[in-house]
Amino acid sequence: MKDATNRPPPLLPLAALDALWFQVAGTLCNLRCRHCFISCAPDNHTFGFMTLTQVRQHLAESVALGVREYYFTGGEPFLNPDIFEMLAAALALGPATVLTNATRFTPANVARLAALRDASSYSLELRVSLDGFTAETNDPIRGPGTFDQAMRGVELLAGAGFLPIITAMRSWDPQQDEAVLAGFREQLTAAGCSRVRLKLLPALRLGAEAKRDHGYGEDEFLTEEMLMGYDPRQLLCHNSRIVSDRGVHVCPILIDQPAGWLGATLAEGLQPARLSHPACTTCYAYGAICSNAGGLGLETARPPGNLPS
Amino acid sequence: MIQERMAVFGGVYSNHVALAALLADVRQRGMSQLYCLGDLGAFGPHPNRVFPLLRAAQVAVVQGNYDHSLGHGLPDCRCGYTDARDNYFARLSYAYTFHNTSAENKRWLKDLPPERRLTFAGRQVLLCHGSPRQTNEFLWESTTSNAFLERLFRDSGVDVIVATHTGLPWHRELPGGRHFINCGAIGRPANDGRTAVWYAVLSAVAGGRLEVEIVPLEYDYRQLAAEMRAEQLPEEFVTTIETGWWTTCLEILPARERARGKY
Repeated sequence: MKDATNRPPPLLPLAALDALWFQVAGTLCNLRCRHCFISCAPDNHTFGFMTLTQVRQHLAESVALGVREYYFTGGEPFLNPDIFEMLAAALALGPATVLTNATRFTPANVARLAALRDASSYSLELRVSLDGFTAETNDPIRGPGTFDQAMRGVELLAGAGFLPIITAMRSWDPQQDEAVLAGFREQLTAAGCSRVRLKLLPALRLGAEAKRDHGYGEDEFLTEEMLMGYDPRQLLCHNSRIVSDRGVHVCPILIDQPAGWLGATLAEGLQPARLSHPACTTCYAYGAICSNAGGLGLETARPPGNLPS
Repeated sequence: MIQERMAVFGGVYSNHVALAALLADVRQRGMSQLYCLGDLGAFGPHPNRVFPLLRAAQVAVVQGNYDHSLGHGLPDCRCGYTDARDNYFARLSYAYTFHNTSAENKRWLKDLPPERRLTFAGRQVLLCHGSPRQTNEFLWESTTSNAFLERLFRDSGVDVIVATHTGLPWHRELPGGRHFINCGAIGRPANDGRTAVWYAVLSAVAGGRLEVEIVPLEYDYRQLAAEMRAEQLPEEFVTTIETGWWTTCLEILPARERARGKY
């Protein structure tokens, strides 16, 4: 693929494999969110569940590569019947983060998660997607009843001593940020969250989101010039890869895009990333939005200001 | 039997009161090999006061992200925070420190080395600020896998790595007598409800073993708090000094470390 000026897209070498992601639930999800960038749904079988054997094999490979941390995503990871064994295997080697819609939690499986957390010296992070602090704002995006279901999940997590990171796509006017964040804080505190941890994400105009709002324009692409003087450590593809039931992809966002495919094995997946997709401009602007620390407010992605007086 | 000892500390954050206490403590313990892993400024009052203390004690200093930013006149501290509130306080702190650090001290910070290598207890030791590969990388205990540490040891060709930057001390020994040590910070408490701050003592003992001790340091925190208030530094910072609980820089903490604190 070439950009509108007919030049090849920039290539970004993988500096080191710091984070390994697992698309454990494929594109299968119990919800059908209207902003999902890979259109996950109960009937989207584009990618299937990963098996425990596949996960164990990649974990073993990751040790030799010096991987620092693991992420588990989907779809909804807790649909995969082997998710607890997968997390146990990962937590024996390093920290793990699960991206979940929190609608599948029960007292029993949250207690099981807490036992996994307590048995490891590494952090187990749970990132809960919630796209509004009321049913009126969340449910039109995530589906009827999902706000109440997710908040019950958050209550169970908080009750078990977890400090979930609540992730929301900014679907509101940025001028409303303060009011929206205050609303989230109030709701989450009432749900028992002793430390409210919020992560705002920009929209990724792919999949269902491209239909809900709008997709990327033809003039949205990265060039070599744009990367000059840019710190590539802000990009997930600089230090991470994601494995699915099919192979290795450059990042969680481009998993179902031809531009994101790298190969069948982890060794093939270590080749440079081709920053050819329009969605690469979103990460360019906001940094490694998929990682726990990234998101809107990532100051290093903004142009530097004046010297302090 | 101890054959040789060295003290390593970091994250001074303008806490000249704790620095003076540390220098007295190590003198009393008979240690003369002293290393500071950077971030001399930030958070505390009167940033110029730490420089004469470090020079007089002949402390070997590694450059931290704060030192690099101040020395090069950068617009921010490059602390690596990703939350708006954390960055708000980081900006306040940086503006105060930048304004109150002399041109001579900024030049001195600019010329500090980003790492130091030495031999100790028969081992190759690397002293750095964040990690051997990145000055502002956070190496937290709960998010640093053994596999990743193995890679850092392999890539840097050393047996011992000592870093700071996170402000929380920890130590892990890997097979083959290799050690990773985060020496903590002497500038502010370790989010543990104690007013003490922490540094590391490395001892070469008979038989080629290396012993690592993370040492608490009591100091006159009330004096520091009074100076911070007189300088009109944020009350949130003073609260941390007086209570031992972090009130800022919280969003960068992983779950396990965050759960240990009060906020």
